Amino acid sequence: MNLIGDAIAWIFSGNPGAGLAPIPVALAQHLMFTFVSVLIAALIAVPSGWLIGHTGKGRDIAVAISGAARAIPSFGLLILLFLVLGVLRTGEAAIITFVLLAIPSILAGAYTGFEAIDRKVIDAAQSMGMTQWQILWRVEVPLGLSLLIAGLRSATLQVVATVTIAAYINLGGLGQYILAGIPLRRFDIVLGGALLVAALALVLDGVFALLQRASLPAGVHAAQSEHHPASKKSASARTAATAAS
Amino acid sequence: MNWVADNLDLIWELSLVHVRQSLIAIVLGFVVSLPLGWLAWRYRAARGGILTVTGLLYTIPSLALLPILPVLLGTPIFSEVNLILALTIYAIALMVRSVADGLGSVDPAVRLSATALGYSTRRRFWAVDLPLAGPVILAGLRVTAVSTIALATVGALIGVTNLGYLFTNGSQRRIIPEVFAGIIAVVVIALVVDGLLIAAGRVLMPWSRAQRRRQRRAALPLEVRVA
Repeated sequence: MNLIGDAIAWIFSGNPGAGLAPIPVALAQHLMFTFVSVLIAALIAVPSGWLIGHTGKGRDIAVAISGAARAIPSFGLLILLFLVLGVLRTGEAAIITFVLLAIPSILAGAYTGFEAIDRKVIDAAQSMGMTQWQILWRVEVPLGLSLLIAGLRSATLQVVATVTIAAYINLGGLGQYILAGIPLRRFDIVLGGALLVAALALVLDGVFALLQRASLPAGVHAAQSEHHPASKKSASARTAATAAS
Repeated sequence: MNWVADNLDLIWELSLVHVRQSLIAIVLGFVVSLPLGWLAWRYRAARGGILTVTGLLYTIPSLALLPILPVLLGTPIFSEVNLILALTIYAIALMVRSVADGLGSVDPAVRLSATALGYSTRRRFWAVDLPLAGPVILAGLRVTAVSTIALATVGALIGVTNLGYLFTNGSQRRIIPEVFAGIIAVVVIALVVDGLLIAAGRVLMPWSRAQRRRQRRAALPLEVRVA
């Protein structure tokens, strides 16, 4: 257990040693890669997911692709792209891997968000004379936002985990401490790095949990707590389950 | 592709190790998740606690969890036990929710009928609740199995040998076919295991196919961890 003390002392020592980058620099790299990759993935997946959700077409293809993507080990994909693109394009290889990794969750979040909406709500909007664009922006997008954020949340966490692994191809980030410490047998560095990565993931998860709660329109929130007073985390999943059944 | 032809033995051997490590984790995860999922479904008070803790564990990246486990448990740092335990923890995190959701998806009227027919709580659980929760649990198990098999490769980064070795070794020696072969082997194993689970589901739950067609749109996406 003393190792934990050593690890915490290492974190606060201000100098990681062993020729490693300072912790704030590694943290910034880690966040940078995560943010850029999730952003690119969202730019691709959100419009496609909304299109699938709005038209109800192409869902089977999306499900099949997401299912198949699950079986591909991202660590292997990262190294394959790294070798194919060459040492000079390490950053590109990494970002392509992260984007591919993030797309299925965001896509699923976008279209299930729309599917979870009660059909009667859409019918009501239609009978009020709303155009398709109005239905999309004023009904489907706000009501589906919570599940979309759930998708972004799980994509972000997957990317944070994979950026850790990407230190293997000299990308920097917080994973470098874990990977550099192992051959040096500096387990204070390994554990310190692991604690930092775990803390980063938990903080990001917490931020998304708050965002997810804030994104529920007030009326939906009230209706929901009337029926299901229980857990907050599964609130979005419950909306989907109740609306779809 | 010469490398692959020359190293078929190595690939086969690593595949066996890989299957063994992943299967232990999947089976352990499933066995632990049944009672935990039941608790989470049966007792409201337990639900929040169990789902929160498993959710938080699931959030921790694998490469971070792998070095933390030996410190907490006193296991040797390069032992494959750490990898299997980490994979088991992730499997539990995914499965507990599926078990709880599956049990929750059973029509309360069916449960009442079973009670009216004189089923004891225990008999009702095995004869009514669990089989009817089966399709949802199976869906969770399939996701768990496939992502566990893909995730196990990360073990190579902390010195555990399995198909992930082809990635680390291939990257050091810059042999593209080696890395490619590793990815293909992992995907093939994942697809075979997934196929076996589907087949087992058809044999054990012949009623679920007709039902699935009806419930198709009600299916929820499961969160998946790939790294």
